Amino acid sequence: MKKLLLIFLLVSGTAFAGEAKPLAEDPALEARLKAMSQELRCLVCQNQTLADSDAPLAEDLRREIRTQMREGKSDQEVIDYLVARYGDFVRYRPPVNSHTALLWFGPFLLLFIGGFVLYRVLKKQASGERFEAED
Amino acid sequence: MNRAIKFLIPLILFLIAVGFLAKGLFLDPHEVPSPLVGKPAPRFQAPILGEGSKTFSSEEMKGKVWLLNVWASWCPACRDEHPVLMAMAKTGQIAIYGLDYKDTDAEAQAVLKEHGNPYNTVATDADGKIGIDYGVYGVPETYVIDKAGVIRYKQIGPITEEILLTKIVPLLKELER
Repeated sequence: MKKLLLIFLLVSGTAFAGEAKPLAEDPALEARLKAMSQELRCLVCQNQTLADSDAPLAEDLRREIRTQMREGKSDQEVIDYLVARYGDFVRYRPPVNSHTALLWFGPFLLLFIGGFVLYRVLKKQASGERFEAED
Repeated sequence: MNRAIKFLIPLILFLIAVGFLAKGLFLDPHEVPSPLVGKPAPRFQAPILGEGSKTFSSEEMKGKVWLLNVWASWCPACRDEHPVLMAMAKTGQIAIYGLDYKDTDAEAQAVLKEHGNPYNTVATDADGKIGIDYGVYGVPETYVIDKAGVIRYKQIGPITEEILLTKIVPLLKELER
């Protein structure tokens, strides 16, 4: 009886193992897809990456990316394809161009202004004057 | 005088910040500017809804100003937009073509039967592939395409009467000239 139970458990174990299908025929391509889709925005639920989203559009886009990768397109070519259709918004890392210049360089500009103001204040204090805005 | 200015500066900065935030309140983050406006409309060929093996090709529209309305029977916002499309079709000002996005023919036909059909022709995009080419990320979306086949305007979300009168009709008049 114990033997029979053991056999039953073993058999059911393999049955479960059989149900968990491999994720894809091509693990290398899936890894590439995963890495890329973590850099891309799902346009339906905008704060999710394409990798995380379950939205039908995200599924379609992942399928499209998979197809293009299978056709031998490079990551950059696939990203360009998506940007041409959905705009830079689809990328989580915005490219540096005239539209995004303020986004990229604004913080440095603020840092520079802050540094300048601090310099002026310290200089005035050092020379014994009370700080008074001149402009 | 100097002192007064010193106290005014933070107030002015504060008001500027309030101005930006107020503007941000009225922006819809779901309206992503389409890079396709000003570019040639992607070509496509797709089966016509309810016409079996016949297909519609975007090439047929060369030389005409037309509207491509992406819709689906499962999309509630499309139902809101439907009366506006019907009214537009009645005026005969513009050829409205539909793209039935990720839908089944039977359900799409049922909707058109029940609520009326504003479309000259409805092409079907069952797997959403044409939708990807047009950068569709939510239905309804509508494209105004000019005689040269260039996308001149993209409406994300339903066309309201206001959008129709203030944006689409003036643009059509300009394009038809």
